[in-house]
Amino acid sequence: MVVAFIFVLSALLMLASALVAVTSRNLVRAVMALVLVLFGNAVLFILLEAYFLAVAQVIIYIGAIAILIIFALMLTRHTGQEWGPAWNRAWPWAVLMAAGLAGGLLLVMRAWPMAGRMVEEAQVPADYTRQLGVALVSPQGFVVPFEVASVLLLAALIGAIYVAWGGRKVKGPYPTRSDEE
Amino acid sequence: MMEFLRNPAVLVEALRALFLGWGLSPMLTNLLLYILGGFALATGPMLWVIFLIWFERKVVGRFQDRLGPNRVGPYGLLQPIADVLKLITKEDIIPAGADKLMYWAAPILSVAGVLLLWPAIPLGLGIGGDLSVGVLFLIAAGAISTMAIFMAGWSSNNKYALLGALRTVAQLVSYEVPAVLVLLIPVMLSGSMSLQDIVKAQNVWYIVYAPLAALIFFIVSVAEVGRTPFDLLEAESEIIAGFHIEYSGMKFAMFFAGEFLHAFTIGILTAVFYLGGWRGPGAETFPVLGILYLWLKGFLVYFVVVWLRATFPRIRIDHMLNFSWKFLTPLALALVTVMAVVDKFVVGLGDWPRALAHLVVNLVLAFVTLHLVRAWARRYPRPKVAEPRPVARPEPQPASGD
Repeated sequence: MVVAFIFVLSALLMLASALVAVTSRNLVRAVMALVLVLFGNAVLFILLEAYFLAVAQVIIYIGAIAILIIFALMLTRHTGQEWGPAWNRAWPWAVLMAAGLAGGLLLVMRAWPMAGRMVEEAQVPADYTRQLGVALVSPQGFVVPFEVASVLLLAALIGAIYVAWGGRKVKGPYPTRSDEE
Repeated sequence: MMEFLRNPAVLVEALRALFLGWGLSPMLTNLLLYILGGFALATGPMLWVIFLIWFERKVVGRFQDRLGPNRVGPYGLLQPIADVLKLITKEDIIPAGADKLMYWAAPILSVAGVLLLWPAIPLGLGIGGDLSVGVLFLIAAGAISTMAIFMAGWSSNNKYALLGALRTVAQLVSYEVPAVLVLLIPVMLSGSMSLQDIVKAQNVWYIVYAPLAALIFFIVSVAEVGRTPFDLLEAESEIIAGFHIEYSGMKFAMFFAGEFLHAFTIGILTAVFYLGGWRGPGAETFPVLGILYLWLKGFLVYFVVVWLRATFPRIRIDHMLNFSWKFLTPLALALVTVMAVVDKFVVGLGDWPRALAHLVVNLVLAFVTLHLVRAWARRYPRPKVAEPRPVARPEPQPASGD
């Protein structure tokens, strides 16, 4: 009963803030609404007793991605309040795509035998965090995709540093006047 | 009474029996107990802050050769209460053009972000948090504090506040990297992410295993709170008060209380990760004693934080960022890698040999680091901009006539 109550509460909160995130003309408000949606998602994970996923959700989506969006927002001069048409000609396609995705998800969920059951019946292993970790690094598991993703991220990091450096040649840690010219 | 000292859970059982006796349903009783527990966990630290404010003002006063608060009550002990009364009666100002909702939510979130750390902290054997993902939970709660400071800075509609928020995001994001790396070390040594298990595994305190990691964790924690020497977020002399410039009255007090509580909380966390948490003589038989030990250890670390505040000037912003990215992050990475490799060889040797091996590794790494830094400083001498000039020159005064 309590679980159901919390679920309904957080689901309503998520829906409302998702609406704000999409419709708000103020970019910072939209980001904050997005943060609320992601937080609601973490609450849902807790209700499913997936504590590791809940905490990872907060760390990655709120602690990293939302902060990154905010950082990008603050580095541009426009902190929101841009007035222009909120709709463009493609909106019927967007509605179609969204409806299709929602319908597809609903169909898949209905076909799944665990849908509508309580968490206790799902028999989640107690040490699923350990299993997740082992699966990521074991050769029988996902070690190759994991390594490929790591290398890709490293390449992106080095590329970002190269782009930001902009071909400057600075000798030593203290920039002198000749370096800047 | 004796039973309570041995097993504090009897208090909860007594309360449960009391509520059930009133005719409440078991589910409602559970809910009520959870709410009461949360209330106690949130109120206790907030009341403790009142004492911390007195303590810090007094200690910093002594460091600066002043008396500190000494008028209200014995030794000025009631001074914070007078301050709270003053802050409550102050006018609550909302600046024109402020984003009202976010302006209101920011102080609440900033305190909430600190209080969220407490459920994960093991206060004694079987008391307090035993989250299976405790370490990650602490990092997640830190994200909320960052968010709160950004919200305060942005919603105030003030350029100094926004500058403070920008600095905050830069600083907290930078220092999160070595913080997470260094938190891996207790997790690696104990083989668990639960803070309770980390404390239980410390037959030898982890500061003996990894003094370098403890030092990095402490420095990074001070930076995460934004205390001197890392108080660039609210640098009074540069951006006036940074993110909370527009806040007055109780809203300002919430930021203030949140910062003090956070400073004490990092003391507690350092104690949990590196100083053995609640462990001490007799703490296993009398878990309540563990709370006292944890409190003492945390308070000791908190005193060092205050000491730092009274001693160091603020560091410059580029130095702050360089210190994190070019010094702490590579060092923490090297430390994690080397300790992980060494641990594979010594894991079965028992507590003291294992601790000794890690200690040697840490000392070698510290020595190498210092050597590298010294070589670097020799290679790139700091360019001399001008001759040193005394601020005030002693000039001969003309002798007065009479």
